[in-house]
Amino acid sequence: MRAARLSAVTAATAATALACVTGCTQKSGADSGDAIKVTAADTRCDTSAERTPAGQVTLSIENKGSQATEVEILFPDDRIVSEKENIGPGTHYTLTAEIKAGSYEIACRPGMKGHGVRQKLTVTGGGGSTARDPGADRAVAAYRTYVQEQADQTLPKVKVFADAVEKGDLEAAKKAYAPSRIGWERTEPVAESFGDIDPEVDTRADGLEAGQKWTGWHRLEKALWQDGRIGPAEKQLAGQLVKNLTDWQARVGKAVITPSSMANGAKELLDEVATGKVTGEEDRYSHTDLVDFKANVEGAQKAYELLKPVAARHDAALTKELDKQFTALNRLLDTFSKGAPGSYTFTSYDKVDKADRKELSDAVNALAEPLSKLAAAVVAR
Amino acid sequence: MAEEVAAGAGQQGAQETPGAAGPERGDTAAGPRDQGIASDGPAAGGSAAGGSAAGGSATSGADGGRPRTPSRRALLGWGGAGLALGAAAAGGATAAVESGGGGPGAADAAAVPFHGPHQAGIATAVQDRLHFAAFDVKTTDRAEFVRLLKDWTAAAARMTGGHTVGHGAFGELPEAPPDDTGEALGLPPSRLTLTLGFGPSLFTKFGLADRRPDALVDLPKFPGDNLDPARSGGDLCIQACADDPQVAVHAIRNLARIGFGTVAIRWSQLGFGKTSSTTPDAQTPRNLMGFKDGTRNIAGTDTKRLDTHVWVGAQDGPHWMTGGSYLVARRIRMNIETWDRTSLQEQEDVFGRDKGEGAPVGKAKEHDEPFLKAMKPTAHVRLAHPDSNQGATILRRGYSFTDGTDGLGRLEAGLFFLAYQRDVRKGFIPVQRHLARQDALNEYIQHVGSAVFAIPPGVRDGRDWWGSTLFGKSDD
Repeated sequence: MRAARLSAVTAATAATALACVTGCTQKSGADSGDAIKVTAADTRCDTSAERTPAGQVTLSIENKGSQATEVEILFPDDRIVSEKENIGPGTHYTLTAEIKAGSYEIACRPGMKGHGVRQKLTVTGGGGSTARDPGADRAVAAYRTYVQEQADQTLPKVKVFADAVEKGDLEAAKKAYAPSRIGWERTEPVAESFGDIDPEVDTRADGLEAGQKWTGWHRLEKALWQDGRIGPAEKQLAGQLVKNLTDWQARVGKAVITPSSMANGAKELLDEVATGKVTGEEDRYSHTDLVDFKANVEGAQKAYELLKPVAARHDAALTKELDKQFTALNRLLDTFSKGAPGSYTFTSYDKVDKADRKELSDAVNALAEPLSKLAAAVVAR
Repeated sequence: MAEEVAAGAGQQGAQETPGAAGPERGDTAAGPRDQGIASDGPAAGGSAAGGSAAGGSATSGADGGRPRTPSRRALLGWGGAGLALGAAAAGGATAAVESGGGGPGAADAAAVPFHGPHQAGIATAVQDRLHFAAFDVKTTDRAEFVRLLKDWTAAAARMTGGHTVGHGAFGELPEAPPDDTGEALGLPPSRLTLTLGFGPSLFTKFGLADRRPDALVDLPKFPGDNLDPARSGGDLCIQACADDPQVAVHAIRNLARIGFGTVAIRWSQLGFGKTSSTTPDAQTPRNLMGFKDGTRNIAGTDTKRLDTHVWVGAQDGPHWMTGGSYLVARRIRMNIETWDRTSLQEQEDVFGRDKGEGAPVGKAKEHDEPFLKAMKPTAHVRLAHPDSNQGATILRRGYSFTDGTDGLGRLEAGLFFLAYQRDVRKGFIPVQRHLARQDALNEYIQHVGSAVFAIPPGVRDGRDWWGSTLFGKSDD
């Protein structure tokens, strides 16, 4: 889990010219002169235009309110196209996103919470998509299939977990916990892009906001391992987890995925490993961190393998290095495996000592650093 | 200077400008304070000309003290062959100009030449801040390691000149992370020096076993040592010193980033407040115990003493170390609170100098020749003095550190001791044997980290690279 939404689907970066987001567009028009002015205030969200041509869309945001605000461009289903958080009172910000034709909303969220104040935005025309790279398109299509498969395979495992909880079977529930997370962890940057689902299912105790009800995997993890008991609340939460993930399964196929967001998503999976798993923070009660670790690496490797033909054309040295570092990290992970090759039985992370954690951390850094260069190799022209 | 002209064509953008020398400027600001364990290295005269690592030898060409313009603009990638020395088109913007107002002064803004017969950061004037990092090698591929040394050299030459690494910190592809991390943008070179060393464990790798210098011994265990393996040893080290801590940290951070996959940081230490200087005419710095330290440290201008005690001579062997040195690093924790409760009399007895002036027992002035027999037999200065150790003399370059508190409400503080010498067996080891057994100071300190490194000679010019004398023959 992480607080910020990730770029795997956002298809945008802030205030910069996008080189290539929707599969290499060579965009000409839509300069800053065409920017849509957004005036955010405590109860208002005024926009200077309701329609704009597809392609690069620029929002020129001013916060006239009394508190920090967040401005988002949203798909009709509330998925985030692009966003800027924490725009202070009295400050300006320019948000740029590559947007296809369709219906959207601009949301200003004073105080950075709640539904916010919304305005419609209609994006017209075909969008500046020219000169697409067929190799990249194939990679995106294959990755989309992978993401859907992961969700499809996860749901039955989540049901096994939830059934055990609902039956009050502590041991069976513990056994089913880590496997139920694998598909989610493999596709986490995409999964997390559904800003409403992620906090419900994958929030850790330290990620809770004041007054937020704790739900999802980690809440149940604590009940099973630390509290050692299953009560009515836990049974209810197990059912809710299935419901939330069924929602995810239904929507994940529609996520906006681009070659560069795929590449950066792979890097973000390694970021997840570096900040959550190597430290043992992710599964602090069950100590099944290495299962999530492995799933993150697998997901990153999948995205990489699909993009590799494209990336290798531009930077063969990079793909060679990435092959080498993926191999090295997988080999190191295997040394912690307690089952057959490819199985998900790992040493409990509380038994992994400091020196071994350092080894894992070094291997993650060795892979993540070159992986951060993958997006550039993918979009290079 | 001709020979230094950048190998790579098209690098004429070099921002290094020949001109007035950094060295002289370097010293003016340096307040020496020397302290280490041994607070008394005899100092021969020596004026306060800090700079020149090139102790005496002709400052081979281009490097002879040229301040570089501080603009941290990237001009070439670290893969680039030549580092674009010389050929400076731009008018010689001097350090004084560049430092502008508000900074720590012109001298602090200047660049210390990176190239020369000896590595900078040893005899050059001691800066105010330190970030020291020890690395472990993660690859078994010798060619890959050599590539890293070359990439590091290029990055180091740029950063010590006040420039960004690679293609800079912004302005390139938005989808990719920038080459440079950016926190030193707009800061002057701040006399940054980067000094590379090879630890004993490196010589168990890459088929180097027969090239390990005899003088690079594993340090023996000294009485009282309580060494943490996680803060000790390392295949490699980089000492980054600068007058601005952000510049030093930026350097280590970017070198570590370039090294991911090939090397990994094993441990690192930040230091503030130099506790020794190589510029004896300036005010002697004080250590965290409040005493002047390194009063008689070797001066950076004293080429005779440097050649005798610090630089490895051609006759010493192995050949690849000629012009190099050996570094001992020790993390010395001080029991600050108990020390602070100690009477002034005892504090002065422990050191063998008075607290205010720093004069040796029975003498009036700091720089008066110490009369060792007047001191208590367990006095630190007496035990560490060369006369008590068959002449053993080391160049100290340590820094005070405070890493917050220790969880028991005590300062996690002390001295990060750094000492350079021609032969560890004739330098640190005999002195520390003596101290570990008898020093009254031991009640208030504990050695908790330790490492030793062979410091190869300097990078000669823009085509040379760190460690070329060791790795060059078969790999260059």
